[in-house]
Amino acid sequence: MELTGAQILLESLKQEGVQHIFGFPGGAVIDIYDELPKSSIQHFLVRHEQGAVHAADGYARSTGKVGVCLVTSGPGATNTVTGIATAYMDSIPVVIFTGQVPTALIGNDAFQEVDIVGITRPCTKHNYLIKDVKELAHSIKEAFYIAASGRPGPVLVDLPKDVMQARTEFEYPKTISMRSYNPNYTPNRKQVKKAASLLSKAERPLIYSGGGVISSEAGEIMTRLARRFSLPVTSTMMGLGAFPGNDPLWLGMLGMHGTYAANMAVNNSDVLLSVGARFDDRVTGKVNTFAPRARIIHIDIDPTSIRKNVNVHIPIVSDCLNALTALEEEMGEITGVQWEDKHSSWVKTVKGWNQEHPLQYETGPSGKVKPQYVLEKLYELTKGEAIITTEVGQNQMWAAQFYKYHRPRTWISSGGLGTMGYGFPAAIGAQVANPGKLVIDIAGDGSIQMNIQEMATAVCYNLPVKIIILNNSYLGMVRQWQELFYNKNYCATCLDTAPDFVKLAEAYGAEGYLVEKSEDVVPVLNKVIASPKTCIVDIKVEPEENVYPMVPAGASLTEMLLV
Amino acid sequence: MRHVLSVLVENEPGVLSRVAGLFSGRGFNIDTLNVGPTLEKGVSLMTISTHGDEQIIEQIIKQLRKLITVIKVVDLSGTKAVEREMVLIKVHATDSSRAEILRIVDIFRCKVVDVSIDELTMEVTGDQGKIVAIVNMLQRFGIKEFARTGTVAMKRSMQF
Repeated sequence: MELTGAQILLESLKQEGVQHIFGFPGGAVIDIYDELPKSSIQHFLVRHEQGAVHAADGYARSTGKVGVCLVTSGPGATNTVTGIATAYMDSIPVVIFTGQVPTALIGNDAFQEVDIVGITRPCTKHNYLIKDVKELAHSIKEAFYIAASGRPGPVLVDLPKDVMQARTEFEYPKTISMRSYNPNYTPNRKQVKKAASLLSKAERPLIYSGGGVISSEAGEIMTRLARRFSLPVTSTMMGLGAFPGNDPLWLGMLGMHGTYAANMAVNNSDVLLSVGARFDDRVTGKVNTFAPRARIIHIDIDPTSIRKNVNVHIPIVSDCLNALTALEEEMGEITGVQWEDKHSSWVKTVKGWNQEHPLQYETGPSGKVKPQYVLEKLYELTKGEAIITTEVGQNQMWAAQFYKYHRPRTWISSGGLGTMGYGFPAAIGAQVANPGKLVIDIAGDGSIQMNIQEMATAVCYNLPVKIIILNNSYLGMVRQWQELFYNKNYCATCLDTAPDFVKLAEAYGAEGYLVEKSEDVVPVLNKVIASPKTCIVDIKVEPEENVYPMVPAGASLTEMLLV
Repeated sequence: MRHVLSVLVENEPGVLSRVAGLFSGRGFNIDTLNVGPTLEKGVSLMTISTHGDEQIIEQIIKQLRKLITVIKVVDLSGTKAVEREMVLIKVHATDSSRAEILRIVDIFRCKVVDVSIDELTMEVTGDQGKIVAIVNMLQRFGIKEFARTGTVAMKRSMQF
């Protein structure tokens, strides 16, 4: 039977197992929206297309499935760009469907026409403009395959209106094979042997893990490996949750706002096992002084990540799960090494650093709520079981430092791109994917206003997302840099005209709470956690609180500013 | 160091833009770029000459391989390869200079492809060194137009 392009799209989504999509209609996609009610796919109407991509991204990060969104041509498409770039930087599988003007009008500067394939070429893993309805099903299959395989990433499919109206026989391809795209999942065994042998000789080994461990579901095996061979673990921000944050071998995050122990451990380690991480500048600090004493083993599925920023001694191009499984086998075959005894003094040293300078903050005389305290209490009250999303800035760093993540996919934050306005729509996506779970967006008063319109989405679909605003009336992270490196010239970072967030929550039909005193933090958090509704908690925190430790931009990891 | 890369790509709309965008977006250099169809339908060959240190070239090759539409990348610089470029040069030629120009054409084994009262157009084929040399020789007569294809290259059958 012949189907229209719109029908083929929805049928293909069904074949891909898509249950939820996030979108916003418009002229170029009306044909798809016309078919949507007949489909089993549930559509969530966002209030801005950026929100749709972030929601699909949060959906993907919290489940490992491909997130899907659908928007119209022109401004609908350009509004997705920040969301796409966010997903691209963090390797998140998202498929974005954009409407396009009819093929005959492409290139004519038609109404709501934009070359979105051209615009998104550098921030998608791949993209398609479908010019013939006969290509549609095949391209959708490819799009999902490319988005989810290898190093995952966003794929955009541009759908001209006439292609959505045209008819053809529908047959969804069962498999896909592409001569130009074959990610390598299995490690070179020789390299793994070398890595195992190097680790067996290490005196001061350290695991440095990243987002790749989360996306390849390798958290469990990495945890087992670390415990079995007594290897301390640090991770990038993207990697939080892969290794339990309450494990004695856990050092906390490394890098610019990493813990003292993690950064010192990197500096002193003699073998660094990097898994699914890419040596980003926020992690390495001054790159030529990064891990100066270490031989580096680098496991990554993306060959371009290897030797991009630092020279490595044993590169292993592989899926992290397969590589760590092989590594555990190889290490298991090495006899005569008493791993725990061998590393005990190193583990002791590392723990010593942690005791010397733990993550801490001063409880000053002002009596204002300390943002770190909020995160500590939130961790206690939720027992580390909540899904935490964040905006970007100080709120994000405190959430990374003071909440402990026990499991993968419970920490959802924009790492590479650092997108303010990410956390709330991502929380909506995560809540859609995890209906019974507690989903909390840790926000700042600046970043929450970048996608606040999604309150309507959350309330409309009864999504009980909790927004906790650490409100310091500043764009706090920029203000911190101005304080420390720009003579306190607080230019354009003071947000003294903010909305009344309680009233704003109520205006949207959500619950709003104001917290001004430390003693109110726990009772209000308890109330909010128990509430079945979308909530905003506006917590007035110490305005000029800083995130510490801090490695100034361009400095070495050991040059930390401490509390 | 200069490298010549042979890049086999799917001949799809946008593939050139993907490759060019990769170079500009990541701050890599393209010295010359040549694209043409191959004998296999749907496949084009790009020959890119570029320069950079070893780490940059490694990144360029890996990043090219990462593009979904790129089928194969070969760095010809590590191998024995034949490298050619073709240039069309239009030179100002007077009665007094024409004989001299034709002598140069002869020496460089190029071909005159168009002639008029005051101009000579020649086709030059060779490696980069030869192109540079003939340009140096002809400059004093006045080069009026200059069009070059960019390098094309191929691995030699016998590697020794």
